[in-house]
Amino acid sequence: MDDSTPLPRASYPRIARLYRFQWEAAQNAYVLLFPEGMVQLNAAAGEILRRCDGKQSADAIIADLRAAFQSDAIDADVEAFLRSATNDGWVEWRETVTP
Amino acid sequence: MARDGDAVSALPAATGLPQAVGVPMWMVAELTYRCPLHCAFCSNPVDFAKVQSELSTEEWFRVLAEARALGAVQLGLTGGEPLSRPDLEQIVAEAHRLGFYTNLITSGVGLNETRMRALKDAGLDHVQLSFQDSTRELNDFLSSTRTFDLKRRVATLIKAHGFPMVMNCVIHRLNIDHVGRIIDLALEIGAEYLELANTQFYGWADLNRAQLLPTREQLQRSEAVVADYRQRIGNRLRILHVISDLYETRPKRCMNGWGTTFMVIAPDGLVMPCHAARMLPGIHLPSVRDASLAQIWLDSPAFNRFRGDAWMPEPCRSCPEKAKDLGGCRCQAFLLTGDVGATDPVCDKSPLHSRVLDIVNGPRLPQPPVERPLVFRTPENSERLLAELAEP
Repeated sequence: MDDSTPLPRASYPRIARLYRFQWEAAQNAYVLLFPEGMVQLNAAAGEILRRCDGKQSADAIIADLRAAFQSDAIDADVEAFLRSATNDGWVEWRETVTP
Repeated sequence: MARDGDAVSALPAATGLPQAVGVPMWMVAELTYRCPLHCAFCSNPVDFAKVQSELSTEEWFRVLAEARALGAVQLGLTGGEPLSRPDLEQIVAEAHRLGFYTNLITSGVGLNETRMRALKDAGLDHVQLSFQDSTRELNDFLSSTRTFDLKRRVATLIKAHGFPMVMNCVIHRLNIDHVGRIIDLALEIGAEYLELANTQFYGWADLNRAQLLPTREQLQRSEAVVADYRQRIGNRLRILHVISDLYETRPKRCMNGWGTTFMVIAPDGLVMPCHAARMLPGIHLPSVRDASLAQIWLDSPAFNRFRGDAWMPEPCRSCPEKAKDLGGCRCQAFLLTGDVGATDPVCDKSPLHSRVLDIVNGPRLPQPPVERPLVFRTPENSERLLAELAEP
């Protein structure tokens, strides 16, 4: 997914099968866990990935983040992050809600 | 030869806690030294046969809870062969309940449908399966077992249960020329990751170093093969290629830094900063049977011994790169210089770097086929080595 590919905003992003996403109190951060590895997420990445549960479309997630952070200027940042998270294999997309 | 190191060793240990003691995010649980394989490159201590009293299920539960409270999140379940413990499923279930990401590191021997299902139900996250080679002949020779076909079947079982799978292959002189075929095998069995782990020379591997160390030419050829595959297969399989640092001119950090990230718990409850620390002289390893993990991590002399840089001898002490490699590997320093506090001689600034050159230049000479037989990791050989060590 490169910069010119439009993000499928009506689709439902979720954490990819290979990864587990959880809050780690000792690190005061959300982390992504995978076979013998870990990524410590910064606050913004954690807030975005927290919402990637397969039940909300990218549109809904962005609307939710706008409300939570009282800002209308976050679309580009969120899209860029979701794009790179998809390229890293952290996030996968479904056309329908994950039950 | 070890004067620099001795002078530093004689200084009083750092007083109080180092400025920043990290979180032990990674815990390796060596559940048992029992193993159906007898690999000649095993990193277990050669005197493993003397370890008799394994931690009980309840003791492991306590250790897991204490580690989790300290912030440990990655749990490697290994050994020996962890499936040799009939309570493995219980230990996985408890670790999962506590919030660990659980990695089973196995030879595959003993992993049948019943246990695979039970491990899935217990919440196991991932399975790392070892192969010794891409061919049945060499796989079975190196492990001194007939296990190649079994491992193929286990790989199918792992994928059928939907686990992410890492294939691990320890690389050395006898199989390094098969690296391409080993990558093909990983692709064929559907592994998500392949760990090509060049032998690190501790334990049994150190005993067999003369037969196992690849030549520089072999290493360069294998690097070219890996680079070529990476280009062709992209993200389908992620290849982790860990080179033996004997061919480097700067050392690697020891386990991301001694006492910064890793805790390894031996089958009898000794807590080690790295897998091989058991052989280091003058380091009293604490046991979970005598103290809590928090006390061990924060206060034990063993974990504080090489934290920070106050312990460093020259040339490390005044080196601009000391924060990068933290003086390198303590076990390698001990094995090659006799001094656990010496600069890792892999570094070409070390006054003893010539010892590494002597080793790596050795295999380049025209050599007859290996005359000395490999010493396989068996309880009998361990007993024999123990007896030899005990002789005056």
